[in-house]
Amino acid sequence: MSAVAENFDMHGTTQSIMASFRFRKWRNIAVPFGILGYLVYVFFAFDLAGLAARARPENAAILLGDFWSYKTHVTRDNRSGEVVASIEGERKGTYPQGQWPEWVSAGSDTEISLYGGATVHFIGENNALIDVPDFGEIATEVQGRSVALTLPEGKDIPEWMSVSRNRVSIDQGDWRFSTTPARTEVFRYQPGWELFFFTLESPFYGKSFGELVALALWEPRVSPESSNFVAMVEGFWTNKMWRHGDVAWAMGETVLMAFIGTMGAGMIALPLAFIAASNFAPAVWMRLTCRRLFDFLRGVDGLIWTVILSRAFGPGPMTGALAILLTDTGTFGKTFSEALENIDTKQVDGLQSTGANMIQRMRFGVIPQVLPLILSQLLYYFESNTRSATVIGALVGGGIGLLLTQAIITQKDWEEVCYYMILVVLTVMLMDTLSGLIRKKFIKG
Amino acid sequence: MTAQTAPSAADYIELVRRRRLYGTILVVLFFVLFASGFSVAETRNAGGFLDGLHRIFDFPKEIFSEAFSNWRNLPSRFFAAVPALIETLNIAAISTFFGGLIGMVLAFLSTRGLALWPRLTPVFRRIMDTMRAVPEIVIALVLIYLLGGGPVPAMIAIAFHTAGALGKLFSEAAENVDLKPVEGLSSVGGNWFQRIWFGVLPQVAPNWSSYALLRFEINIRASAILGFVGAGGLGSDLKTALQWGQGKYDQVVAIFAILFLTIMIVDHLSDRARRRLVQGGTL
Repeated sequence: MSAVAENFDMHGTTQSIMASFRFRKWRNIAVPFGILGYLVYVFFAFDLAGLAARARPENAAILLGDFWSYKTHVTRDNRSGEVVASIEGERKGTYPQGQWPEWVSAGSDTEISLYGGATVHFIGENNALIDVPDFGEIATEVQGRSVALTLPEGKDIPEWMSVSRNRVSIDQGDWRFSTTPARTEVFRYQPGWELFFFTLESPFYGKSFGELVALALWEPRVSPESSNFVAMVEGFWTNKMWRHGDVAWAMGETVLMAFIGTMGAGMIALPLAFIAASNFAPAVWMRLTCRRLFDFLRGVDGLIWTVILSRAFGPGPMTGALAILLTDTGTFGKTFSEALENIDTKQVDGLQSTGANMIQRMRFGVIPQVLPLILSQLLYYFESNTRSATVIGALVGGGIGLLLTQAIITQKDWEEVCYYMILVVLTVMLMDTLSGLIRKKFIKG
Repeated sequence: MTAQTAPSAADYIELVRRRRLYGTILVVLFFVLFASGFSVAETRNAGGFLDGLHRIFDFPKEIFSEAFSNWRNLPSRFFAAVPALIETLNIAAISTFFGGLIGMVLAFLSTRGLALWPRLTPVFRRIMDTMRAVPEIVIALVLIYLLGGGPVPAMIAIAFHTAGALGKLFSEAAENVDLKPVEGLSSVGGNWFQRIWFGVLPQVAPNWSSYALLRFEINIRASAILGFVGAGGLGSDLKTALQWGQGKYDQVVAIFAILFLTIMIVDHLSDRARRRLVQGGTL
């Protein structure tokens, strides 16, 4: 006790503690200020003030609306007087001759019932009558190259209407009307993803779930060639609007890219890791070469590899897989060689004492020690590469990434974007769960 | 007690043989899967593997030969790329910062024993899983549609992903904290925030900073890639230079070089910093 007390420098200790307090006090003020200063700098560097000017909130409305709803177009060609109904105005979603949505009654005139009791009548080739409750009847007539408008007596043009010489349009939120000399159109918005399961020409379109089950299990065949269940699966798979078959292929391609990239990288990196590990390296120069190679592969970013490889192999999933393979070879090489350096040498010594040769020592002394780590690394990267493969697919043009970027670039198929996103998220989460399960059950690394 | 039959040598050999058989079957299955997968990928690719293999170096050779013939331009091209590099780094830093902050909150809300509302931990975990699973490029492209091009969409996209990824790592680290300080604080009446701030944060700070640094590295790469789809920074410059093609290859080389160097330097620095963090406690 006394020895400690004699050597205890009270003054010095106090001073060093006080110094450390002063340092902390200074740091506690300086760090938040530093961060604040950086944030202010970034605020100006990113031009956040100008962001408001560049933002297009109307696009957000389109996007959000599209995510959960679809619109049906009822269009009259004002020259021929022909009326056509189609979903999203696409050819693939056009109602066949004689088939109409239940809110359209086609006769000599076409009557379209909309929300809140509003109706639109297409009369003849040129006239339309729009009945808006609480406002009255609006009549439009196409006269050559202009459009004439008659409002109910004593009313002005309301703010939900826009009128010019050759165009009248009405926007009521959940439905819209527009007429030009060429065509008269009604858009009706409805929630959901229409035609997700079956397209209009399919015999199963519009059936409830119960009806479908009944059809699949005991009802007579709709078409003589195949059973109802097979026909349903086929109808779903070849759905022209949503192309489930192609989407599934693309998703599979993305997973495949991740699989080939990760596993190929593992196979290449393992032997190289032996050369790069200090306790196995045959020669120092070989070890250093391997290390630099790993650094180089990792340092040259996936982006650069993608650019270079697309030039050589063209767009497609293999190019993406090779880009993943190259980057991950670098990563695996580093982690594997570090694992090899940290093994317990006693096992190897023991094997050597029984006269085992080099390969046997590796196989029975080294591999069992590093295998759990290697496998769990491979699984982990396989899972995280599934997501990267989506991004790389968008760059090299393969897999679900390609479909996603294409759908985004059209700027109108947002429901498809939503569908693909959900698919990607589900796949990644599934892989996450599976790899976690495998790691926990079999590897325990 | 009936004597159990002792396992004989024959049983043991049988076991080993069976295990080896399973192992072999698994390995064979794996290689079959790999080979067939590769051939599928190859047939769906524009160019074949062997056709392209000897052409891998054609493009680098082309750009490097042009760049070297104009080597006088290189230093100026290199410096011209610096503002774009700074933008890329800024995107990475800010998105790591905000992603880390959100990740912190999510981690506390989803860690057993620390959560503010213990019933809701599974909900927050699922939220983080979803955030991690959405690829950055999708969020970035959608935001570019809404907000116009520039660094902000990239920043939000990366921050969103980072929050999910760091949240998971943070919560794993927080699960292993010593709960004694927390109990001590609650015994003197500390509220949830005080318990976290004084009891947990000091314990997890080194680990968390190390994860955040690692994420910063990853985010530099991500922000370069997002630039390629129109989100500013080095990636956009690289894309314009590549689309221009011949005549701008010196710029391509300069951008490749600056990106490579940055990644190497940051890698190295953060490696050292992380090693110190984990061993020594503070930066």
